[in-house]
Amino acid sequence: MIRIRNLCVKLADFVLHDVNLDVKPGEYFIILGPTGAGKTVLLESIAGLYQLKGGQIWLGGKEVTRLEPEKRGISIVYQDQALFPHLSVKDNITFGLKLRRKSKQEIEQTLDWLVELLGISHLLHRKPDTLSGGEKQKVALARALSTKPQLLLLDEPLSALDPENREGVQRELRRLHNQVKVTTVHVTHDFEEAIALGDRIAVIGDGCIQQVGTSEQIFRQPNSEFVARFAMVRNIFAGEVVGGNGENAVFCTEGAKLAVVTDLRGKYHASIRPEDILISHAPFPSSARNCFCGSITSIADKGSTLYLTVTLPPDFTCLVTRNSFDAMGLAEGQKVYITFKASAVHIF
Amino acid sequence: MVKKWFATNKMTFTFILLGLVIFLFIIVPLIRMVVTSEPNTLLVTLFDAEVRQAIWLSLYAALIATGAGFVLGVPLAYLLARHEFPGKKIIEGLIDVPIVIPHTAAGIALLFVFGRNFFAGRVFHVMGIDFVDSTAGIVVAMLFVSIPFLIDSAKEGFKKVDVRLEKVARTLGASPWQTFFRVSFPLAWRSIVAGSIMMWARGISEFGAVIILAYHPMIAPTLIFERFESYGLAYSQPVAVLLILLCLFVFVVLRTLVHRGEKA
Repeated sequence: MIRIRNLCVKLADFVLHDVNLDVKPGEYFIILGPTGAGKTVLLESIAGLYQLKGGQIWLGGKEVTRLEPEKRGISIVYQDQALFPHLSVKDNITFGLKLRRKSKQEIEQTLDWLVELLGISHLLHRKPDTLSGGEKQKVALARALSTKPQLLLLDEPLSALDPENREGVQRELRRLHNQVKVTTVHVTHDFEEAIALGDRIAVIGDGCIQQVGTSEQIFRQPNSEFVARFAMVRNIFAGEVVGGNGENAVFCTEGAKLAVVTDLRGKYHASIRPEDILISHAPFPSSARNCFCGSITSIADKGSTLYLTVTLPPDFTCLVTRNSFDAMGLAEGQKVYITFKASAVHIF
Repeated sequence: MVKKWFATNKMTFTFILLGLVIFLFIIVPLIRMVVTSEPNTLLVTLFDAEVRQAIWLSLYAALIATGAGFVLGVPLAYLLARHEFPGKKIIEGLIDVPIVIPHTAAGIALLFVFGRNFFAGRVFHVMGIDFVDSTAGIVVAMLFVSIPFLIDSAKEGFKKVDVRLEKVARTLGASPWQTFFRVSFPLAWRSIVAGSIMMWARGISEFGAVIILAYHPMIAPTLIFERFESYGLAYSQPVAVLLILLCLFVFVVLRTLVHRGEKA
């Protein structure tokens, strides 16, 4: 679908070089990287909005490296949505259709389809500044999809939303993609967002692409220290949520069953922050629903803190301070208990 | 909660006093001139053909200057708002030069270009346009001294338009022209109008540069000056009052229109 070869762009203070990417038709592709890694610039380069220093871009078998953005058929949704403030929601959505001189009937049809797809019929006559973050996001998506683009670019679409809205919109994106099947490139700095949404992930950093692969490959076999820093500091497991209501849910992953709090059921991922895990020599009664026995298989010394890998299996990475590490006399090979609350497990 | 005015601190109180002085300095002379004028004299002056012609010429010439400034200045303002290039700061500084130089000097400078001793003046002369003692000269003088107000205001307006809006428009299929006319221009419109009003007002009030190029036909400020020189304060006052009232009226109406557009 989209093929990028040796793409090179110059930013104010650094260079993005030798970017090679292949995105398959209908794929949900994630570009994951820290803030300031040039992710937005990369998207704008693909859309033709940023001057390239070198390299080529093919879209659907056609080279578009020097093509004007209005002729590429690529839509973009920015983090802050960038809705036209002087136009109503309806005029925002039909902006591209009117430019294409579509017939009134065709415009109405597309509008109806989008309004239904995103559930925004009640917003049509409002002005963008009266909308909530989630509503703006939907309108921006509708506007981007209105021109039936070959490729949809999403620039940090979730990071401007508050946490309550974020998961909803995330699920919305997944559903939308399943329904519309438009090839999507989504950039984010959030690892969990990447895993939850991406068919494949490219990790970008230090001015180039570090690794491309499925989420499993990225967090199981990071190919560099850089990728590992992104992935390994968290405990992430693939598995399935089963069980009754709310608090009785159980997350089944290879080798362990974790008590979790979630309304989701089915195949998901679970993450536990290393600092949320307690280590003890013996099990102890507490309100925490998860307590497992394992052995310390490796210790990474970071100075005032240490990362311990406790293998059950699976492996849990746990954070302890130097003080408690010394006081408890922890060492490799030792048998320990790990304890964490069901609410410390994030399902996504 | 709104603070009671007497409960404010000493600094605020001092600042209010100082502000009051300068405010009165602005407003008292104007009010005094208006209230001491005889309504009858005003009415007679209003029907004085010479006065009416002069005021009309002021408004009309300033409007043409603003129109020319709009067509030539808005594109430049957009370029300055959107692009970085070497020498940009110098260009921005030079654009504001007309504000800081004495306007009689500006008039002299204009004569050097639009007089018949320079090719530009000669080219226009062949086309039938002369700038000395003509409406064209008045327009050129007004344009020169008032264009910075429009360019600066329009530039600020364009800067406030998020570049991403233009980028989104491009991806949705808009050409650069369409993007400008459907997104950038409508969004900067209010600043451009505000700048145009300022430019027009500044054009109407211009005197120094205009009399160097064209003492005749007389614009209102020239007429006021001449009546003051020839007949004294009493004769120049009604013309001045009329011009002020008219300017205020137009200014208030335009400001209200722009303001109302803001709310709609």
